[in-house]
Amino acid sequence: MASELATGAVPTARSSTGTAPRRRRPDDTKLALIFIAPAAIGFIVFLIWPLIRGIYLSFTKFNLLTPAEFNGLDNYRRMLLDPVFWNALKVTVEYVVINIGVQTILALVIAVLMQRLTRSLVARGIILTPYLVSNVVAALVMLWILDTGLGITNQLLGFIGIDPIGFFTDSKWVIPTIAMVNVWRYVGYTALLIFAGLQTIPPGLYEAARVDGASELSMFFRITMPLLRPILALVLIISIIGSFQVFDTVSVTTQGGPVNASRVLQYYIYDMAFGRFQFGYASTLAVALLVVLMVITFIQYRMTRAGQTDLD
Amino acid sequence: MSTLATTEIETDQPKTVPAGADSTRRRSIGRVIAWIVMIAIMIFTLAPFYWIVRTALSSNAAILAHPATPWPVGFSLDSFKRVFGWQTGDAAIAAGGSGQSINFWLYLRNSIIVACLVTVGQVFFSAMAAYAFSRLRWRLRGPVFAIFLAGLMVPSIFTLLPNFVLIKQIGLIDTLPGIALPTMLMSPFAIFFLRQFFLTVSREVEEAALIDGASKVMIFFRLIIPMSVAPITTLAVLTYITSWNDYFWPLMVSYTDSSRVLTVALAVFKSQTPNTGPDWAGLMAATLVAALPMLILFMVFARRIVNSIGFSGIK
Repeated sequence: MASELATGAVPTARSSTGTAPRRRRPDDTKLALIFIAPAAIGFIVFLIWPLIRGIYLSFTKFNLLTPAEFNGLDNYRRMLLDPVFWNALKVTVEYVVINIGVQTILALVIAVLMQRLTRSLVARGIILTPYLVSNVVAALVMLWILDTGLGITNQLLGFIGIDPIGFFTDSKWVIPTIAMVNVWRYVGYTALLIFAGLQTIPPGLYEAARVDGASELSMFFRITMPLLRPILALVLIISIIGSFQVFDTVSVTTQGGPVNASRVLQYYIYDMAFGRFQFGYASTLAVALLVVLMVITFIQYRMTRAGQTDLD
Repeated sequence: MSTLATTEIETDQPKTVPAGADSTRRRSIGRVIAWIVMIAIMIFTLAPFYWIVRTALSSNAAILAHPATPWPVGFSLDSFKRVFGWQTGDAAIAAGGSGQSINFWLYLRNSIIVACLVTVGQVFFSAMAAYAFSRLRWRLRGPVFAIFLAGLMVPSIFTLLPNFVLIKQIGLIDTLPGIALPTMLMSPFAIFFLRQFFLTVSREVEEAALIDGASKVMIFFRLIIPMSVAPITTLAVLTYITSWNDYFWPLMVSYTDSSRVLTVALAVFKSQTPNTGPDWAGLMAATLVAALPMLILFMVFARRIVNSIGFSGIK
């Protein structure tokens, strides 16, 4: 932004010395206030105020019907002793690890393949298609495709002699399954983010390496990965933060079951607020999720910076 | 980083040695394998869509008998009739439906209203703010913009519960404006996205307009907006799709048909089908009908959408 300010100042200065009628440096404060007013109202009322209020509510007993009643650290004490919370945290982390692990590797493969094979818009469009439908649509289709009795996946597994798998009903399978459903939906998006990063690597580098007799694999590890690292780190931050907030898929497919096997944090928060009307405690759980996300962002930010200095 | 890269090319470029025929052949075999992997990925990406269509065009009874047949079995359009409410309750129950009337057209209307309110409001108000952050001069511009950018970091889960309390307090629960309001006035991303494009409009053109007596407000409407039609359209389409697909917030706010949008209706439709014998044909027909508008929008604006994806990552 500093550079923009600098270039912006040049024509103004030139016109003041020339024949232009306006000499004074323009000050648009009044107009600017009018122009940012709607956005500022939205920002304060629906982002800043809820942020403050959410933290306040986490220290209260609140059921929506009577006014919030301050109860100090009671909710936090309860949370630390709540086995369902710890299980939800464990299940969420499990989901994030599987989801992000598979998604990032697959997206990287797709992005590199696209860069080396085709720039076709159709190919990129096809990869992105699942991203265009809602989580609800994705969840419903997968619920059908992965159905224990009639789903096509289990039918095909049956042909090669594998017993039906209860993808959404077996506590062992449910989290990996939900993770894979969301990989299907988001991998194209992540691949295109990485693909955009790959485009910033000059093709000449690959030409030169090929002339030197480098193999595709060594080009990937010597050129692509090091130059892609900052962008990859950024993509990871975006997708991990999104991944921690998994809700729609769980809500449509398993509702947290079997037992608590897929009760991820965000679903637990929703259930606590709208199933049991414990808004205070639900807010406390939301604070916990916020803290987890902040810690992850901070760690990743530090790691990214370390990666960048490493490069120079 | 990029400067480092370019210098390397310059030094390496001159020594061009012809690659051996052997290695070219190996590479072309590699290319074939790479293409096979790529095509397999695309098939896996699209297969679920085919399965939606195949199931929606089948009848529930035939699906039970032939679950793995690759084409529609017992071809029937009944499931679509069920979705659109053109089938009598008894016939719907006989076909495995819930027999409840489905106000598909009402949900469609609700989805359209919410998505339009959010898109028009968010894009317009964000454009105004982006104009103030890019072309107007005022003292606190930098710090205020930094605060808006920080808003990008706040995860949505954290604002949802307090926002629900707020919407409830102002009496907008179970209304379409209640669903639209929190995202209608701005999104930090939209402001950031448009600001980047507004910054590129040339100063000279703006100066010329000012000398011709145009006000800053006129410059916004007559110059900046017309010159940024492409990014504004891209942003609008992306906002529309995001709003159309949103589920969590509408689920919290709407309780009755009057404010139910398609995503929520779809989940309700699913929970109403009998667990013993789910109405898969009906569910897939509903899924197809709910997803189709966005898929069509995507086909029309594919180039803009696909090309804009990199932007959100690279910034």
